[in-house]
Amino acid sequence: MSVTHTVAPVEAGRSWFQKLVRARESSLVVLIILLVAVTAAIQPSFIFSDGGWRELLRQPTILILISIGEAIVIITRNIDLSVGSILCLSTYAAGTLFANVPGIPIILVVLVGMLLGAFLGLINGLLVAFLRVPSLVITLGTLYAYRGIAILWIGPHFIRSSWLPADFRALGTMPFLGIPVLLWVVLIVVLLVGWFMTSRRSGRDLYALGSNPEAATLFGLSERRLILGAFTASGALAGLAGLAYLAIFATGDAQVGTGYELQAVAAAVVGGVAIVGGSGSIWGVALGAFFLATISNALPVLGVPSLWQQALVGLFIVGAIMLDRILFISRIRRAKREGSAK
Amino acid sequence: MTDAALLKLSGVNKSFGAVKALVSADLTVEAGSIHALIGENGAGKSTLVKIIGGLYRRDAGEFLLEGESVDFHNTKEAKDAGISVIYQEPTLFPDLTVAENMFVGRQPYNRFGGLDRARMRRETVELTRRLGVPIDPEREARGLSIADQQVVEIAKSISLDAKIIIMDEPTAALSGVEVDRLMGIARQLRDEGRGLIFISHRFDEVFALCDVLTVMRDGTYIATSRTADVTEDDIIRQMVGRSVENLFPKEEAVIGGPVLEVKNLTSAGVFDDVSFIVRSGEIICLAGLVGAGRSEIARAVFGVDRYDSGSVAIGGTSVPAHNPMGAMRLGMGFVPEDRRKQGLAMAAGVQDNITLAIREDLAKLGFVTSSMEEPSARTWAARLQVKTHALDTEASMLSGGNQQKVVLGKWLATEPKILIVDEPTRGIDVGTKAEVHRLLSELARRGVAVLMISSELPEVLGMADRVLVVREGRITADLPRAEATPEKVMYAATHATGETA
Amino acid sequence: MTATTTTTIIEGARYARHGRPFWRRALLRPESVIVLAIVVLLLIGTFAIPFFAQAYTYQTMILNAGPVLLMLLPVTLVIVTSDIDLSVGSILGFSSALFGLSYQAGVPLWLAAVIGVLAGAFVGVLNGVLVTAIGLPSLAVTIGTLALFRGIAVGLLGTTSITKFPPEIPRFLSSPMWGLPFPPVTIAIVVLAILFGVLLHFTPFGRGIFAIGLSIENAAFSGVAVNRTRFILFVLSGIIAGATGVYFTLQYSNAIGTNGFGFELQVVTAIVLGGVSIWGGKGTLFGALAGGLLIAALNKTLQLAGIGSDTISIVTGVALIFSVVVASIAGFISRRRRSKASALVAAGA
Repeated sequence: MSVTHTVAPVEAGRSWFQKLVRARESSLVVLIILLVAVTAAIQPSFIFSDGGWRELLRQPTILILISIGEAIVIITRNIDLSVGSILCLSTYAAGTLFANVPGIPIILVVLVGMLLGAFLGLINGLLVAFLRVPSLVITLGTLYAYRGIAILWIGPHFIRSSWLPADFRALGTMPFLGIPVLLWVVLIVVLLVGWFMTSRRSGRDLYALGSNPEAATLFGLSERRLILGAFTASGALAGLAGLAYLAIFATGDAQVGTGYELQAVAAAVVGGVAIVGGSGSIWGVALGAFFLATISNALPVLGVPSLWQQALVGLFIVGAIMLDRILFISRIRRAKREGSAK
Repeated sequence: MTDAALLKLSGVNKSFGAVKALVSADLTVEAGSIHALIGENGAGKSTLVKIIGGLYRRDAGEFLLEGESVDFHNTKEAKDAGISVIYQEPTLFPDLTVAENMFVGRQPYNRFGGLDRARMRRETVELTRRLGVPIDPEREARGLSIADQQVVEIAKSISLDAKIIIMDEPTAALSGVEVDRLMGIARQLRDEGRGLIFISHRFDEVFALCDVLTVMRDGTYIATSRTADVTEDDIIRQMVGRSVENLFPKEEAVIGGPVLEVKNLTSAGVFDDVSFIVRSGEIICLAGLVGAGRSEIARAVFGVDRYDSGSVAIGGTSVPAHNPMGAMRLGMGFVPEDRRKQGLAMAAGVQDNITLAIREDLAKLGFVTSSMEEPSARTWAARLQVKTHALDTEASMLSGGNQQKVVLGKWLATEPKILIVDEPTRGIDVGTKAEVHRLLSELARRGVAVLMISSELPEVLGMADRVLVVREGRITADLPRAEATPEKVMYAATHATGETA
Repeated sequence: MTATTTTTIIEGARYARHGRPFWRRALLRPESVIVLAIVVLLLIGTFAIPFFAQAYTYQTMILNAGPVLLMLLPVTLVIVTSDIDLSVGSILGFSSALFGLSYQAGVPLWLAAVIGVLAGAFVGVLNGVLVTAIGLPSLAVTIGTLALFRGIAVGLLGTTSITKFPPEIPRFLSSPMWGLPFPPVTIAIVVLAILFGVLLHFTPFGRGIFAIGLSIENAAFSGVAVNRTRFILFVLSGIIAGATGVYFTLQYSNAIGTNGFGFELQVVTAIVLGGVSIWGGKGTLFGALAGGLLIAALNKTLQLAGIGSDTISIVTGVALIFSVVVASIAGFISRRRRSKASALVAAGA
């Protein structure tokens, strides 16, 4: 019996252009442009004023940072609900350092904030990785616990902007090559993390773990190490976001960061990260965060009371996961039709 | 041949508690050959393969790879040693691309420190093209047909420089064209000097593709022959050749009117135009090879799965489709194939498991309590002779045989008119096997209609009043007890109707 | 033949009802530990804290914990099926908003209350449909509806709050009943606890709930209507949360967008603390209720001891983590014991 050589043509590999068009990132860019354009049309000072576009770029930085960390965790098929509380602790720790150690180099404070966040994240990671307890429950607990520590520590006090060195306060506005320093930082972070997630083995292993946890162990991927890393990174980024918060608002109390975990999840989901893990790009998340943050700025201009912003966030989460599910099902159907060599 | 064989196992034993999966298994695979491993279910092929692949460790016997003794503690060690197993369900990462799947855990870096995607792409394309199945390396693995997934796994094996590639029932889910393609690939691999082990029930494929065959039976090595030197009949005889001792004292039962009537049941791609009748007191066996579609037919009849067309009726009343509760109310019971996942709640106790299916019957005025459940649990645990100290012992603590008894107890408690049992004695020790058979026989005597699915020929021939052989979703033979022989059943299981012996 | 009757009588008599002696079973249960903790806590409070042993203490304890105690009842059933409902806090807020707005618009109180309950049912249906028909994970869905309906509540009410409600109602709701130090909401809690407890533990439907949590496949193969059950539970959860929203609004005479904020976390904490397994299939309604009472007692004790409500957050968080860690370790130990004891594993040949 001879082998029939009915070799299929190479899978109609989509051209890069087609891929670009279909990507979630593209839709987000379009949406953002639309949103900004419409808002600017109503109130040109939205962009075309000195503070306007700078504000536009500055506001989302906190959310972008915290969402990227959240995304890393979600990609491994977990969730981190404690990021808001971690952010709060980092903000206040930084403020206190500035107040009590005059002349302390900014970079050191940033490092302390990130290390604090990393440490708190590590605790989450240890509990999830070694005790096999669902991350939902663990981070629910640490959300409470860390918040409680913040309240205990901070009490009714708050950070005064006079505590902060002028240099630091200027980070949010001082332009370097025309763009606020803070934004440069965020850009670098997005680039670095994005590069890591797409171009390093450990980064790809995170996706593999979320995609098929059973197969991951079969291939010798260390589930524990990956989970520890993901939660530590999420904590560190939340810590960094805390510094960003301090730079932008120049104040902070025990309530800082309340509700941020939801926004972070929303940004990740809108940005294309599957809630069940295994897929999603860091750029998408950054764009998703940018989109969500910009909406809350744009709402008042658009005539929507900013009180509806929360509802919109919720709508986006529900809409995004529904959309993802529908796309997923149709993608499988399509792939099954095209996939087999005939 | 003076060189040591590539792979040599001899006298390998493996037991799981009281169940002896392998009694004395031998296998010798030469480099540059395709070696078929043949045997019924329960013959021990899977266990042997899992030992070779590092999933299990053997209890005794020799295991030589290229002349050196090896003992794998996990699958990774086996992989590193050059052994690659391709199971029926490939383990790919659905969200990663094909190229990434190929290189999971060992992605190459380029000089900038990032993943060398170009190289991954190139090698993937090259490998898949070499296998004759070009697959887009950048597409995600999700949605690939089983055939393509297999190709990816094979490509991965080559990329890992596997010396031994084991394919476990690879053609079970493939279309004709895909089968040809796979065989071409297998020949290619052989020509490259690798050793292939090919597990399959399809004799036409085995004889077309393989150089050597080894037959196993009941965990023991039977014989190895060159395919050129034997015929199908020889092989079938080796597979089943044992006296069908009367292990199962099948009692005579009075066969009454039809209880279950299945007419033209069809589910696209799964089974087609299945019709049969089971009468009161009758035991009908659906025989055939794994993957023939018997369990799927049974699940559709019971209602766990949907079907496209046809009808099911009990005693003349139509059974609602896709509604197990409805089927249960009409008197259908269903003992599933996978008792751990489908038949029991492993973390629940004996009582809770036994009384689950009758929970509505036990309820008075809508309420049911543990005390109300207890008598039924006691009764049925006793009747089935479940060996346990207490009624709240967790099912996971019981032996396989006792677990099966709990499942049977659960369904017998519903006092069904028609009982479907899927692989009633799989993975059970001999003693309990006989008990189960006695039980089914008694059931029939009391007028219950029994539809049994079994892959063990002696069981089929010993229990059935009629044997319906299923192959690839169709019934290919309907043999009354007097006419059923192992050869006839095996023949019908491997050939489509219309082919002459 | 008399032999048959004798056989039936002694059939199965040799089986013990339980594998472990009564005392061991009773003492090692999570519920027992919780009840013990409550008792200890109240004792400490009574002897160590001034003004603790008063009717007023218990009065306000139940009053404050009322909403969480009410809402945790149906959510316990949801968690037993291995789903989760994080939207209950937002449902409370949403229902409160609709209730307040309707009443303010002139709708008679009883009708406005019905609207509030229906609002909860609506969200419950939405959750149920997304989880069963569309097949989304309940964690994701209820996080989404949590955000969405909290946002809608805030959006509808804006910065204002509705405070004009008949004043005799909050007075009634806060005062002790029949001379005992329990507010009227206690009746609702007790009645609903009995209803849900019976539903979960003493009906075929409840058996089905446990079956789903233990093994969805086994449940389906045993005739349990899996998706219908899950759907019903989400709707029940929504209805109770909606009713609680109406109650909460009346108790504080205030309909504001932040009503119920964070309650879902307290609900889940109470349930997990009470020994209900987060993986589903195990636990008792009594345990969940006890968990809620423990948190209530804890809050009260700390408050009266002068320790700020801040520490309460820490304690709740740590308690939650502690309880799952203990459960996880206990599970680990028993799995080890099991695999050593039973060397008989079914093999697939």
